[in-house]
Amino acid sequence: MVDLKAKTPLDGMVPVTIGTVTLRELDGGVMTSLSPYSGQEKVLSDALKSSHGMAFPKPNRTTGREGARAIWFGRAQAMLTGPMPDAGLAKHAALTDQSDAWVVVELKGAGSTDVLARLTPIDLRDSIFKSGHTARTDLMHMAASITRTGMDSFVVMVFRSMAQTLLHDLEKAMAGVASRG
Amino acid sequence: MRVRNKGRIDRSKPVSFTFDGNNYRGFEGDTLASALLANDVRLVSRSFKYHRPRGILTAGSEEPNALVTIGSGGHQDPNVRATVQEIYEGLEARSQNAWPSLEFDVMAVNDLASPFLGAGFYYKTFMWPRAFWEKIYEPIIRRAAGLGALSGQPNADTYERAFAHCDVLVIGGGPAGLMAALTAGQAGADVILADEDSLLGGRLNLETLEVDGQSGAAWAAGVAAQLNAMENVRVMTRTTITGAYDQGTYGALERVNHHTSVRNGKAPLETFWRIAAKHAILCAGALERPVAFQNNDRPGIMTAGAVRAYLNRWGVAPGKAITVFANNDDAHRTALDMIDAGVHVSAVIDSRAEAEALGAYTLIRGAHVTNTGGRKRLESITVRSASGAQNIATDCLAMSGGWNPTVHLTCHMNGRPTWREDIASFVPTEGAIPGLVTAGACQGDFSTAACLQAGAAAAAHILGCDMADVPVGDDCAYRMEPLWAVPGKGRAWLDFQNDVSVKDIKQAATENFRSVEHMKRYTTQGMATDQGKNSNVQALALLADATRRGIPETGTTTFRPPYSPVAMAALAAGAEGKGFMPERFTTSHVATKERKAPMIEAGLWYRPSYFPIKGETHWRQSCDREVGYVREAVGVCDVSTLGKIDIQGPDAGALLDFIYTNMFSTLKVGRTRYGLMLREDGHVMDDGTTARLSEDHYVMTTTTAAAGDVMRHLEFVTQCLRPDLDVRFASVTEQWAQFAVAGPKARDLLNGLLDAPIDGESWPFMACGPVSVGGIKARLFRISFSGEHAYEIAVPSRYGDALFRALVKRAEKLGGGPYGMEALNVLRIEKGFITHSEIHGRVTAFDIGMGRMVSAKKDCIGKTMSMREGLLDEDREQLMGFKPIGPVMQLTAGAHLYEEGAEPVAANDLGYFTSVAFSPTFGHYLALGFVRTGAARKGDRLKMVDAVRGIETVVEVCHPVFFDPEGERTRG
Repeated sequence: MVDLKAKTPLDGMVPVTIGTVTLRELDGGVMTSLSPYSGQEKVLSDALKSSHGMAFPKPNRTTGREGARAIWFGRAQAMLTGPMPDAGLAKHAALTDQSDAWVVVELKGAGSTDVLARLTPIDLRDSIFKSGHTARTDLMHMAASITRTGMDSFVVMVFRSMAQTLLHDLEKAMAGVASRG
Repeated sequence: MRVRNKGRIDRSKPVSFTFDGNNYRGFEGDTLASALLANDVRLVSRSFKYHRPRGILTAGSEEPNALVTIGSGGHQDPNVRATVQEIYEGLEARSQNAWPSLEFDVMAVNDLASPFLGAGFYYKTFMWPRAFWEKIYEPIIRRAAGLGALSGQPNADTYERAFAHCDVLVIGGGPAGLMAALTAGQAGADVILADEDSLLGGRLNLETLEVDGQSGAAWAAGVAAQLNAMENVRVMTRTTITGAYDQGTYGALERVNHHTSVRNGKAPLETFWRIAAKHAILCAGALERPVAFQNNDRPGIMTAGAVRAYLNRWGVAPGKAITVFANNDDAHRTALDMIDAGVHVSAVIDSRAEAEALGAYTLIRGAHVTNTGGRKRLESITVRSASGAQNIATDCLAMSGGWNPTVHLTCHMNGRPTWREDIASFVPTEGAIPGLVTAGACQGDFSTAACLQAGAAAAAHILGCDMADVPVGDDCAYRMEPLWAVPGKGRAWLDFQNDVSVKDIKQAATENFRSVEHMKRYTTQGMATDQGKNSNVQALALLADATRRGIPETGTTTFRPPYSPVAMAALAAGAEGKGFMPERFTTSHVATKERKAPMIEAGLWYRPSYFPIKGETHWRQSCDREVGYVREAVGVCDVSTLGKIDIQGPDAGALLDFIYTNMFSTLKVGRTRYGLMLREDGHVMDDGTTARLSEDHYVMTTTTAAAGDVMRHLEFVTQCLRPDLDVRFASVTEQWAQFAVAGPKARDLLNGLLDAPIDGESWPFMACGPVSVGGIKARLFRISFSGEHAYEIAVPSRYGDALFRALVKRAEKLGGGPYGMEALNVLRIEKGFITHSEIHGRVTAFDIGMGRMVSAKKDCIGKTMSMREGLLDEDREQLMGFKPIGPVMQLTAGAHLYEEGAEPVAANDLGYFTSVAFSPTFGHYLALGFVRTGAARKGDRLKMVDAVRGIETVVEVCHPVFFDPEGERTRG
């Protein structure tokens, strides 16, 4: 039997630390997009609660915790990251495996907000974009998902095929921020 | 000349720099302008048009004369104002627009010819012969009259873009701005305070004014420290707010490293900010205006405020014997400060008959400076008063025609400023920029006390909070009488940057360029880097006079962003090189590069053109070999770039029936079908195969180019046209790495790889379903874009690299290998399969021979519109194949078709080629294209004419499917 070795999108190109900010690739685990069918939003949310302990997230919000999180991902769409989805969810929502579709990185350390402020137009102020908040937005020229996971940490996702552009853009921004000391 | 105990430079830190190759020394805190003046360098530039010797006029970003080029090679930065360029160790600056040197500039001959070169000269002189303008006149004029130049090399500097958000943006850090920021900061608002200077304080750093019993500069430094300590206040120095845009967005240029020698490719030279602010308070201050009189442009003639600034901020006396010429009390401070610093003041000339001396200096009131002497530096002035004319020796004349509030930003949305007679200036019109209020000198409040109060009040009003404690400041009245130009002969300069004199304005009016906008274009007044900051109000006052109108009636020209120059490099920051657009790489990218395959771009994707092997010197050799793999053995190609859309839900089939022209609700589970979709206007939008994985689950394939468009189309259809359908979809393009395995040995290859073998019965043509490869769950589709027995196998992307390598290895063992886009294209042309070369947006299903695919049993998007009379005309150009039959065998894409004997002109045009390939299978070129009446011409001889490349070939019209028209190989 052929032995197919798995590769991550950034396959050894990270972690990278520039100044006080570290960029590393995360193993998002299983990632499943959930789109509730007509009129199933509430039922899905309840089912999600009982099977995975988290509600279906409201726009620009996440539910759950590290390792098992539901990230709002667009109109009537959330990305369940971490656990294998309970089969029963498929009754209420379209479930699509997206485990390999996104490169998932974490940006961590003092100044990570400044790094992202070089690439995304969204308001990242602590009082506005709090831990657990998320946004589908631009990251330079890419469509991204940005989630704040702590005071100085963010999870950023873009299409897997754009992993190297993500690295290029983030490294440039990190270097620019670091140069200011 | 430095003055002891004055200035805010650090005399313990000397800095060396060069200007035009000569070494000079200054101190940390100096600008290039202050350091040059300290070294007694007066001549720093030649004027734009007449190449007149020019010196430094101002001490700020409005400087029109002292433009220099900084750095060289890829770092060369032209038109930098010496007044804002801080010096650093090793700074290299050069003068501009002079040849062979600044001291001896041969183009100064223009000045002698000036009687012929006035306003409108070019328009009148270079009118004919018409063809001469572009080829002869313009290049010569551009060479003679110009500013600095770029190096012509790629920019070696680094630029950055960034975004910021705040509750209150305070623009300008003078007394008003400091109080506004302090008030807002103390109220807890998120504040950004931006100032173009390196120090906060504005004119407090340039004057000897007191605030709260201490020097203004010390007070400003104290407030700056307070603000810097506040978490909710971001102080941005060296940052110019360049423009006001919609919805509270402001552009800002931060000069991050212009004052250092750091050029390491990482630290940005500049950052262009986009600041979104709930409120903005403009505290931009005011700019002093010069007075027009004969020869008022000699090096050594400066604005009065600038002379004070050089003394108070940089400890430099710009002359040994200072004279002052003014129409207001404020300028008398120049004399007072100079005397206080021990510098000789020869005289103060005041145009007002009632002016009074404010200190121990000679005052000549009711008098004008009518001329000046000296060549490359000022030596004397001629003063005319009631008692006659006299010459006064002086090497520095400080002039002041009063102050203009800096209203520019308030006009960026086409608002017009309001004329205020009492200060003879324009002030901002309230509400010109939504969310922006003005305070301080830019509002016409010229005393320190008024500025301090107004800044605090503006912030308190916006936020509904208390004002910060307002300190005591100087409150002397601003007394002035307008003086725009001194009457008399000779050239009295208005716009120093564009060499526009009072005469030019009058000339424009005489020649009926009476509108201020026409006058501006005719004379070039107000153009270039200073945008008329030093001359606008005077020019329009003179125009008003010349046209016998009032100033408000004459109006101003339009102030547009940017407030001061912004390098294109800053606006484009991050978007150069690799940042231009994202690169999308397939999972086989690394393995493909290892095989040295040249990549071509397909949208954002990079795909291999062909895979060269040893001994091949031409791409055609590689391509022909790869076609051979697929026709004779087996080829492997990464097709992951095609769009893949997961469609689920009870109404998935109904949605597909509505999107596609043909039926999908009837497709059996485990089968794939080719589908065609139309735009709403009835033309073909895209094509591809869609597989039914289960009752309520389909996966749609789109072309690479249209993946995004189709996704958007699905969003539109489900959100707007058919919200009733219970269906959901998600892009899975990135989730799956998918490879075509094509050729007679395709099944052999797969059976050596799959965990369970397949056969013709379990996997007939167009079958699809789950398989297992190396224990990994995969999807297999028996579809073909080559006309061969072929499959596409998809695995989760993490295994893409490994699977590609395994497939290629096995293909090579079977006498095949990987193939690229060139071979893929040849294969599909041989088979008559279309791409977006054919479905280019102007063709219908009928045109491409798929009219019958538009199901009569149901409606679909575009169906009704596709039935329009003209779209079904038998005379339309329809898709056919073509092959060469004459002595010339070459076919070219884009060539047009004509009857053999017809002249190749548009009226005789019968059609065109969309895709052309050399077919190794047939041994000659093949083409797909569109020809009038289509199939009716089958077998006809036509003439292909490629007018661009100069090729004419006789062709035969064929059925578009050249290879295996019965499809036996595909199904076999």
